[in-house]
Amino acid sequence: MAKELIRLSGCNVAFDGDIILDNINLCVKDKEFLTLLGPSGCGKTTTLRIIGGFLKPDSGDVYFDKVRINDVPPHKRLVNTIFQKYALFTHLNVFENVAFGLRLARTQNKKIDKHEISRRVFEMLDLVSLKGFEKRDVASLSGGQQQRVAIARALVNKPKVLLLDEPLGALDMRLRKDMQNELKQIRQAMGITFIYVTHDQEEALAMSDSVVVMEGGVIQQVGTPEDIYNEPSNAFVADFIGESNIVDGIMRSDGVVEIFGRKFKCLDGGFDPLEPVDVVIRPEDIDIVSSGKGKLTGTVTGVTFRGVMYDIIVDFHGFKWLIQTTDLCPVGTEIGIQIDPDGIHIMKKSRFSGMYGDYSSYSAEYDDIGDAELEHETDDKDSITRNA
Amino acid sequence: MTRKPGLFGRVYNGLILLFLYAPIFVLIVFSFNSTKSRSVWSGFTFDWYRSLIQDSSIMNAFYTTIIIALLSAVIATVAGTFAAVGFYNMRRRWRTPLMHINNIPMMNADIVTGVSLALLFVSLGSALRFNLGFGTLLIAHITFNIPYVVLSVMPKLRQLDSNLVDAACDLGCTWLKAFWKVVVPEIMPGIINGLIIAFTLSVDDFVISYFTAGGNVMTLPMKIFAMTRRRISPEINALSTILFLTVLILLIVINVREAKQEEKQKEKLRRSQG
Repeated sequence: MAKELIRLSGCNVAFDGDIILDNINLCVKDKEFLTLLGPSGCGKTTTLRIIGGFLKPDSGDVYFDKVRINDVPPHKRLVNTIFQKYALFTHLNVFENVAFGLRLARTQNKKIDKHEISRRVFEMLDLVSLKGFEKRDVASLSGGQQQRVAIARALVNKPKVLLLDEPLGALDMRLRKDMQNELKQIRQAMGITFIYVTHDQEEALAMSDSVVVMEGGVIQQVGTPEDIYNEPSNAFVADFIGESNIVDGIMRSDGVVEIFGRKFKCLDGGFDPLEPVDVVIRPEDIDIVSSGKGKLTGTVTGVTFRGVMYDIIVDFHGFKWLIQTTDLCPVGTEIGIQIDPDGIHIMKKSRFSGMYGDYSSYSAEYDDIGDAELEHETDDKDSITRNA
Repeated sequence: MTRKPGLFGRVYNGLILLFLYAPIFVLIVFSFNSTKSRSVWSGFTFDWYRSLIQDSSIMNAFYTTIIIALLSAVIATVAGTFAAVGFYNMRRRWRTPLMHINNIPMMNADIVTGVSLALLFVSLGSALRFNLGFGTLLIAHITFNIPYVVLSVMPKLRQLDSNLVDAACDLGCTWLKAFWKVVVPEIMPGIINGLIIAFTLSVDDFVISYFTAGGNVMTLPMKIFAMTRRRISPEINALSTILFLTVLILLIVINVREAKQEEKQKEKLRRSQG
């Protein structure tokens, strides 16, 4: 693919003794849509701030187009940012917000005359569908419109890279989907690199060329959305991206794994004989058959109607699995299951083994509760900024 | 929840307001009385205001008050704004004790501040050879004005988006430029409120001025006090009326501005959630 544009090499950041980033090595290619994905406090925003120049790594180097830019201040980088909560200038109207960067460029030696400024601002407002809003006070706009002003304000400077820090976090579900599509279109129109930070795995899968999954200040996996979903590198990634059942297994030989004493065919190999492994089985890859015909037999203990399918929880030998099916299996039914070889993914044991992938405490609200953590991250980030 | 007061409550409130404001009202009315009587109305006149203007010692006190108020308000506003920005960017460990120190002149009784400053000026003055006068008066006014400016700018800083400075830098500002082009305009309402509050407090102050002005400089409140010691002339009524109205108008301006800003803030919050 295209050439390398940004490289982080061995970046470490610690704050008050807490390690925020631990040896981050990352390469961003030109014109790529790269997403930094992870739960709150995983270091994704800190990574973005290093690229934007708002934070210097304690050690490690940042390269832009092969030139080291550790000491280049933000206003000299060919990068623009869309911030969480937008950070619009409320004392200026929409036009002046968008023109802000161009007016500054004019006072430096890059000459942009008045007509050029106004032409480019209107072109941008057109691109983000805000024609006719130029005289409006930014405080009088809705969340979605403020978001568009922030996009126009960043893009009007023709950056090589656009950094987006959870830009859709404050919008409601419907608007968020619309903006996802719009951002993709805008990127195609501009033909520039996007580096996108989010904690929303669906958003990451839907929008990115490549996804960087982070946890605890460490990059867990880098890959295309398909790679990340189908071939997660460890239990954390498997659990964070989509739903997954993660069970202990033992490799019998290449292509054969033993789960709960039964042998299953799989496509993975290259493990030691009898090596203990983590086995990921996605809920949609499990076929339900009548009890007795399947490899494993279990009892349905919970059913949730999801619209297109049911989420059912099935108890196998005391370990609860999540299965997604269009067939209704009432609570208490005995069912058997079959899994095709390509539905089984084998991972090496990691520090995350045994922490994820069991649905014993599963409840429909669980995911929503998890999102409440988001509040904390802004606090962490503030304290880092303050002391940068 | 506010309940409407009953008959007793309303009479009670009415009496309190009456006792508070009737003297001021009587004072204002009798500043236009054509004789020196303080109890009998004998006709309307502007004479007392005229004689005020003709009295050079009163006019001197008036000029001193205005100059001190303007200078101390402007200096305190600049110093207080920078102080607030400093406090805001400080770590909590440092910010909390420094904010407490900042609040001392506000929490102390005026007489304590006044006596302390007088002692400081007198002891420093004997060492550095200066006397109480215009300079010490000005420094005293700046001292008690700064905390009010800090307290009026601080909330505006807290309302700022935490990424605002970064956003300006991202678009091409140096840190200093970002401060002037973005932070100052955004907190300007707080700065202006601080300026008006400082001016008002300075015009109104008697106790601290009394201790720090020395023998040769006088502000209007001090002049009024001096005049009442000899005999209470209707000129005092006229002078007090002018002072009362000035402070009243400034207070109304401050409160209307604050109410408007609060309304704006609420509106903004409502919009961004909608």
